[in-house]
Amino acid sequence: MAKKFSKEHEWLEINGDVATVGITDHAQQALGDIVYVELPEVGKKLAKDGDAAVVESVKAASDVYAPVDGEIVEANEELDANPALVNESPENDGWFFKIKMSDASQLDDLMDEAGYKAFVEGLED
Amino acid sequence: MTFQTHTGNRGLVLEEKLIFEQGEAGRSGVDLPDPEPVKSRMGGLERDSDIGLPGLSEPQVVRHFTRLSQKNFGIDSGFFPLGSCTMKHNPRLNEKIARLPGIADLHPMQPESTVQGALELIDQCAHWLLVLTGMPAVAMSPASGAQGELCGMMAIRAALDARGENRRRVLVPESAHGTNPATAAACGFTVDSIPATADGRVDLAAFEAKLGDDVAGIMLTNPNTCGLFERDVRKIADLVHAAGGYFYCDGANFNAIVGRVRPADLGIDAMHINLHKTFSTPHGGGGPGSGPVVFSDALAPFAPIPYVVKTENGFHLVETADEKDGKKPFGRLKGFHGQMGMFVRALSYMKSHGADGLRQASGDAVLNANYLLARLKTKLSVAYPGYCMHEALFDDDFLKGTGVSTLDLAKAIIDEGFHPMTMYFPLVVHGALLIEPTETETKESIDQFCDAVLSLVAKAEAGDSEFFKNAPYLTPRRRLDETAAARKPVLRWTPANA
Repeated sequence: MAKKFSKEHEWLEINGDVATVGITDHAQQALGDIVYVELPEVGKKLAKDGDAAVVESVKAASDVYAPVDGEIVEANEELDANPALVNESPENDGWFFKIKMSDASQLDDLMDEAGYKAFVEGLED
Repeated sequence: MTFQTHTGNRGLVLEEKLIFEQGEAGRSGVDLPDPEPVKSRMGGLERDSDIGLPGLSEPQVVRHFTRLSQKNFGIDSGFFPLGSCTMKHNPRLNEKIARLPGIADLHPMQPESTVQGALELIDQCAHWLLVLTGMPAVAMSPASGAQGELCGMMAIRAALDARGENRRRVLVPESAHGTNPATAAACGFTVDSIPATADGRVDLAAFEAKLGDDVAGIMLTNPNTCGLFERDVRKIADLVHAAGGYFYCDGANFNAIVGRVRPADLGIDAMHINLHKTFSTPHGGGGPGSGPVVFSDALAPFAPIPYVVKTENGFHLVETADEKDGKKPFGRLKGFHGQMGMFVRALSYMKSHGADGLRQASGDAVLNANYLLARLKTKLSVAYPGYCMHEALFDDDFLKGTGVSTLDLAKAIIDEGFHPMTMYFPLVVHGALLIEPTETETKESIDQFCDAVLSLVAKAEAGDSEFFKNAPYLTPRRRLDETAAARKPVLRWTPANA
């Protein structure tokens, strides 16, 4: 299934009722070199827009929000030892967490790839 | 060196090894007789290895620390326009007064009867702050701006608890200092951010829409971190009060309005005052901060202990207070009396300037910032239209297409012999450059800075981005690898042969 994108610069890859979430290539470029990622604990229940993770770069520390309601089923432990993965492979190996969605209809509020691209271009004007 | 800087300033080129790398075994600055044999009472726990101090002569030690001090750049060395930090000159009179033996040699545990003058000094300093702010009460003990914020928000929390209300939402503008939301969160509040208008102020309609019976209050900086006066501040105060909340004001930028605006008249319930910004006490590693908090009548009973009162028998430091005194202090934030050395310096500053001098200082600070704004906006893009208060804010629009970032420009400014401005803050402004010259600077020094920045911008526009990517050239170290420093920090020095 195609990816979905949030206005908070997160991507979601949907597999059944589980979404893999990370930050977009645009987000990692804006943040610069990532030096630390704080991931949510497995089993944590999150509401849409709740604080899910923290990403820290040489420039700034930013919150990563839950793009949908749900429960964390897996976190990318690789990022503990190698936060640079977020820079190297933001939309693949550098994923943050997997969330089991409780309301798949919330996906309708998110953008598709073309929509996100237009959104980012709009920001740069 | 293959180029000339605009000002002719050169970076500091002296190379200095760590003191541990300079030592030689057996060398010493003093010649002491061998100690008499002593019987150890350590029960076999005495150290049996070398303690690893370097062997150095006295001149080596003196030169080492002198050179290190020369590598430091402070307000005593040059222009230091770090925005929202008010890096103003610390008058030497302050230092002279602070070194008087009757003040410098005091101990906080001396009997009260022997420190009446010191207590009177704290009381006078408090009095000046109350007059300048128009507020009825002040807590002198907080030891920094951030602790002042904590003090103010803990008082708000205590007041809400006393009302039996479980209000937990605190409204904070997007442009706030990062300490504001952090403080609110540390006090158990949730933070709800208020968007800004296109001209850099709080969006009043958005603010009003967020008010409700769960709102504990608002934390607002005025003038705000965009260097602008919040023109709706009275309305904001009335609205938050009508909704049952309190108004915390971050006083970090008080320097712009001293002697001109009384925070009490703006409807503020609590505001911290950075003595180390507004009242010239040293900061940035030069001395401890000090963040007294003024309170409205609504919050005054909850102010922390200790505080000084004047009684028939002289001055007294109140260390415990309760409801029979009409007080409900939320507790204590700091050991002893607060930052006594800073009270001395701040009071020296206030009394030597007088009310008229303080009023002129804030005027000069705003005038200097607007002069700088007027000169730089010929080339740089302003973040918001109109005049500024004490600091000028630009975005990085003027660098678009040059391949040069705000960071690169800042690095080149170092080569010109200036401390760079605050960068990338406030976050709401893209690639922000926040410049606060303060009243300390002469027209000549501001002109020199502006000439240097304008010449650098011309250089960037001419397409020399490579020059900027490699700056600074003249500092003891060039660009540091911040990523490696964060990912693989080396926190402890070990000898090369270990």
